[in-house]
Amino acid sequence: MTSEPIIHIENVHKRFGNVHALRGVNLDVYKGEVIVIIGPSGSGKSTLLRCINRLEEFDEGRIVVDGIPLDTAANINAVRTEVGMVFQQFNLFPHLTVLENILLAQRIVRKRSKEEATRIALDLLHKVGIPDKAHNYPIQLSGGQQQRVAIARALAMNPKIMLFDEPTSALDPEMIQEVLDVMLALAREGMTMVVVSHEMGFARAAAHRAILMDDGQIVEEAPPDVLFSNPKQERTKAFLSKVLH
Amino acid sequence: MQTANPSQASPNARKTSIDQWWLLVFAVIALIVILVIAQPNPYQRILIFVQDGVWVTLRTTMISFVLVLILGLVVALARLSKLWLLRGIFTIYVEIIRGIPVLVQLLFWYFAFPPIIQNLGTSLNSPALINYKADPNFMAILGLTICYAAYMSEVYRAGIQSIPKGQMEAARSLGMTYFQAMRYVILPQAIRVILPPVGNEFITLLKDTSLISVVAVSDLTRRGREFMASNFIPIQPWIMVSLLYLVMTLISARVVHYIEQKTKIER
Ligand SMILES: Nc1ncnc2c1ncn2[C@@H]1O[C@H](COP(=O)(O)OP(=O)(O)OP(=O)(O)O)[C@@H](O)[C@H]1O
Ligand SMILES: [Mg+2]
Repeated sequence: MTSEPIIHIENVHKRFGNVHALRGVNLDVYKGEVIVIIGPSGSGKSTLLRCINRLEEFDEGRIVVDGIPLDTAANINAVRTEVGMVFQQFNLFPHLTVLENILLAQRIVRKRSKEEATRIALDLLHKVGIPDKAHNYPIQLSGGQQQRVAIARALAMNPKIMLFDEPTSALDPEMIQEVLDVMLALAREGMTMVVVSHEMGFARAAAHRAILMDDGQIVEEAPPDVLFSNPKQERTKAFLSKVLH
Repeated sequence: MQTANPSQASPNARKTSIDQWWLLVFAVIALIVILVIAQPNPYQRILIFVQDGVWVTLRTTMISFVLVLILGLVVALARLSKLWLLRGIFTIYVEIIRGIPVLVQLLFWYFAFPPIIQNLGTSLNSPALINYKADPNFMAILGLTICYAAYMSEVYRAGIQSIPKGQMEAARSLGMTYFQAMRYVILPQAIRVILPPVGNEFITLLKDTSLISVVAVSDLTRRGREFMASNFIPIQPWIMVSLLYLVMTLISARVVHYIEQKTKIER
């Protein structure tokens, strides 16, 4: 973890009307790092993640991704092709098959040939463990399978960074592990990942740093073992006591 | 969320329901044929007299509708734009259009618009504008298009807004531009939602073309009037004209229904 951070977040503020969702967030993420963000509902976790690929505009501060500052429209699109995002609700395209879901952006954004894009898509489906569902529609898949397709779809763009916003919270308990396994494998390969998740097991196994957000700010950050078992801040203790019972 | 299952509804049930409604279409056509054969005078004479009007009605409807589909989408996208000026302008346009009867709008374009241009020509000293003459067919299509594009934009807008926000976000996060996301992700899904109301707009437009008869266009309605006026028979021309409209609207409804079913099955 030398040199420049791949994500540099500097004093970022975001307001929704009079809700001050982010109040001066500073964070550097280095290449190959896995960061897990936890925190109470409404603390600004999603908003922070969405600011990184500019799904949300921020009001103040600076975000630089892989050396590209997020300011002009051209830069935003450049950043978006570098950053993959996985959503809580999967957000697969319901009118397209699994394969077409993974082909679409490869074809029209990356301008890959159909053959190349298909090869990449099938490889990725294999990697996430559902090679046989290529020609099904998303609605015909279980939640866990849909989320793995969503991960494959994001990976097909060869992102340098992957953002995950509560990727397992919409899943039935028995499907959570299959998605976490894919994410774990990705982390082991050295993907830079920022993950909003309360899956402590995943955080302990994969994350280099865990971050607690509350009230639009980063309250505490530490290696997951330290943060979960030995938090310094009262707010962290209070939150963890609720989550861990 | 989505529950549509292609294999659920039995194709047979669907087929018979289509057939039943087509029977109504054939019944109306048969009635026309019977009238023409049984009483060629006046029904055959009427049919021959108004047939070019049928053509004008269909042509006006088709051309206007294609333009409405395009302009309506443009207006809808403008109204969904982040740029407040663009949004404002087109919102005002839609509100104004929706507040004025179609007939009054058609009268405006035909009677008021040309002298406005001519007066403008006088003050600008431009002979081209001074000699401007309104072509009734052109003005009718212009009037209908501008009016119906406003209605259609609302249909599009509702359809686009019915697609969950996450779809646009997923598309954008994959690096697609706004228009790519619209074209490949949002609109293909919105089409299914808006098809029934778009079909209704078509049928309403088809019927509303009868209003252009008052601005010098020789459509079906106008031809019916002309026949009545020159032959002094008030009843039969309107029976024939009504039946001809009915054939057109019933067939349109069947076609819309068919396309609807087809897009459902393909999913
Ligand atoms: N589009 C929006 N419009 C208005 N307010 C918003 C919007 N998105 C988020 N907020 C508000 O911003 C604050 C932070 O929301 P955010 O979704 O980032 O929280 P979160 O930490 O992800 O919560 P959760 O765990 O519930 O997902 C909340 O108060 C929320 O109500
Ligand atoms: Mg959230």
